[in-house]
Amino acid sequence: MATAMALRLFGRRTSIAARGFSSSCETEKAAKDGKPINLFSAINQALHIALDTDPRAYVFGEDVRFGGVFRCTTGLADRFGRSRVFNTPLCEQGIVGFAIGLAAMGNRAIAEIQFADYIYPAFDQIVNEAAKFRYRSGNEFNCGGLTIRTPYGAVGHGGHYHSQSPESFFCHVPGLKVVIPRSPQQAKGLLLSCIRDPNPSIFFEPKWLYRLAVEEVPEHDYMLPLSEAEVIRQGSDITLVGWGAQLSVLEQACVEAAKEGISCELIDLRTLIPWDKETVEASVRKTGKLLISHEAPVTGGFGAEISASIAESCFLRLEAPVARICGLDTPFPLVYEQFYMPTKNKILDAIKATVNY
Amino acid sequence: MAAAAAAARRVSCSLLRRDHRHLLPLLRPFASSAGGQPQLTVETSVPFTGHKIDPPSRSVDTNPSELLSFFREMSLMRRMEIAADSLYKSKLIRGFCHLYDGQEAVAIGLEASITKKDAIITAYRDHCIYLARGGSLVESFAELMGRRAGCSKGKGGSMHFYKKESGFFGGHGIVGAQVPLGCGLAFAQRYLKEGTVTFALYGDGAANQGQLFEALNISALWDLPVILVCENNHYGMGTAEWRAAKSPAYYKRGDYVPGLKVDGMDVLAVKQACKFAKEYALQNGPIILEMDTYRYHGHSMSDPGSTYRTRDEITGVRQERDPIERVRKLIVSYELATASELKDFEKEVRKEVDEAIAQAKESPMPDPSELFTNVYVKGFGVEAFGADRKEVKAVLP
Repeated sequence: MATAMALRLFGRRTSIAARGFSSSCETEKAAKDGKPINLFSAINQALHIALDTDPRAYVFGEDVRFGGVFRCTTGLADRFGRSRVFNTPLCEQGIVGFAIGLAAMGNRAIAEIQFADYIYPAFDQIVNEAAKFRYRSGNEFNCGGLTIRTPYGAVGHGGHYHSQSPESFFCHVPGLKVVIPRSPQQAKGLLLSCIRDPNPSIFFEPKWLYRLAVEEVPEHDYMLPLSEAEVIRQGSDITLVGWGAQLSVLEQACVEAAKEGISCELIDLRTLIPWDKETVEASVRKTGKLLISHEAPVTGGFGAEISASIAESCFLRLEAPVARICGLDTPFPLVYEQFYMPTKNKILDAIKATVNY
Repeated sequence: MAAAAAAARRVSCSLLRRDHRHLLPLLRPFASSAGGQPQLTVETSVPFTGHKIDPPSRSVDTNPSELLSFFREMSLMRRMEIAADSLYKSKLIRGFCHLYDGQEAVAIGLEASITKKDAIITAYRDHCIYLARGGSLVESFAELMGRRAGCSKGKGGSMHFYKKESGFFGGHGIVGAQVPLGCGLAFAQRYLKEGTVTFALYGDGAANQGQLFEALNISALWDLPVILVCENNHYGMGTAEWRAAKSPAYYKRGDYVPGLKVDGMDVLAVKQACKFAKEYALQNGPIILEMDTYRYHGHSMSDPGSTYRTRDEITGVRQERDPIERVRKLIVSYELATASELKDFEKEVRKEVDEAIAQAKESPMPDPSELFTNVYVKGFGVEAFGADRKEVKAVLP
């Protein structure tokens, strides 16, 4: 019982609820005139707009017609009809293969994989077909209209098969784009960009934030640029890089660190491949220290790529080893989630250790 | 006939009175050759339908103790699932919980026709199959609550129950992934030549997975003793079978592999079909059994189960096809026990389940060091710090 109490203390259920995300200080920004909505509503709006503006856009996946298990596709079937918004049988490989074919005929295929943990049967189609189609046909064909949307990440009680973060598997595949939003306003813009981008993209949605993250989201059609990271908090002592739901944890750590006089610069990578090296390098050149945090296991996670790349380009500027605070190298556990996750305290600890190196 | 019934009643009365405690901890049916028991022959609710095979007879041999044990075990399973429902609602069970109530006849009938040396593998709706394979209530509840006393030491949860000694290979979260695995088990059994088979269970949703057909092809090619059992409860999560499958006649989808359609709510039909299937598979290779069954709960505890089907449908099935009621009627009509005796049985079952829950609750959560066990002996050497470097630090072993 004491262990249970201790586990609860380490848990991350504390203060994410209904928290707005800090506004960015970057140039391209949607106007702040929206209504406060949560993540699944923002994604829903993006899908409505996508289907509205392009008559050859289709949304399909398991259980999407009634609105989807996370309510992201509500109202689409009623508005656009069953021939554009439809359910598929339970076959991920089939869904993605089918989507690639649809995209190859010039349509925008927005396929949903119900949980990122189930994406592996479709791995062959994504890696061997989608990513290489344009390349191997010498640009005669392409499946650029393909967007795969899938909820990823821990949710507090998901266990082995409803919590995984498989983004790094796909970051290893040239020919794909991997995009991860941190908040509702970002999600809408980034999803519309993915859908309209002439390359196959995978859009990972942090399921933890579907209801929890609430932000003012403009109602009009807007897109946010891909392959551009965003500095969401200026600082001078250390650069923190993350994506998705992890950013809220990083931000809490920044606030705590600020109390101890450490000024943290927080960067949301947004697009994992191709990633915005310039922004991260510029920041590291300013601070001299880097910490990367993601939920996926540390070994082979995308943080490793960022770390190696920055070590190459900013070696002489670095004042401390690049820190990676990530999930542990175990399968995503059932009852040990609080130990597995890269929590605020772990990050704070690493910030201090890096700054005082 | 009256004399036989009277004789049966005498036997069963003594079974009820004397063997109360004897029956209590037992979770497998008596062998039907228990000395001197009258043989009963019961007709299944509907005849079997075969695909490329002559179906077995619909007259099933059974005996009083078997029927009584069917009743008891199905009541136990039903009670366990309902108790799990309330535990989930009081947040003692977290994560995912897929309940099996309504489908008990499949688990019990299957178990009655095979031995513990045969293997069973299933998907995530596995609590009752675990129980049928000899698992204990305490271990089930403890695993559901993520405690150390659980069958997977609290590391698996609802979807990952296993029991090696009785050939229960779990417990799988990814839909359809267990079927090729099951065919692999059968492949090993073919080498071992012990006259054992594997039953690979899957649902109507999983029936559309490509890997099933790959596994079927290989099994048929190599004559593997595998029986693919489609537990067709007509809904893949919230999607009705006719929306997901061009051909919802799952027993025919093997094409070159023969199949049998069985009323999955009739435990005797299930027993007959599985016995038949085992004999067939040992001689000839794979066969598909489609169990026409129904689940009362939704897909999981997050699914109310009423948005894609009417309450009338659910109550209709409960009234007309409930597996426990069917056996109850049989027992009462053959005068093996009175209705009130059966009610007492159910009360004891309830008590047993409550005691098991109380015992399971006392089990502690697994030790944090278990996070790192059973993955690598010597890990990648990455250091993992706890919330505070001073307090908890572990080098991955």
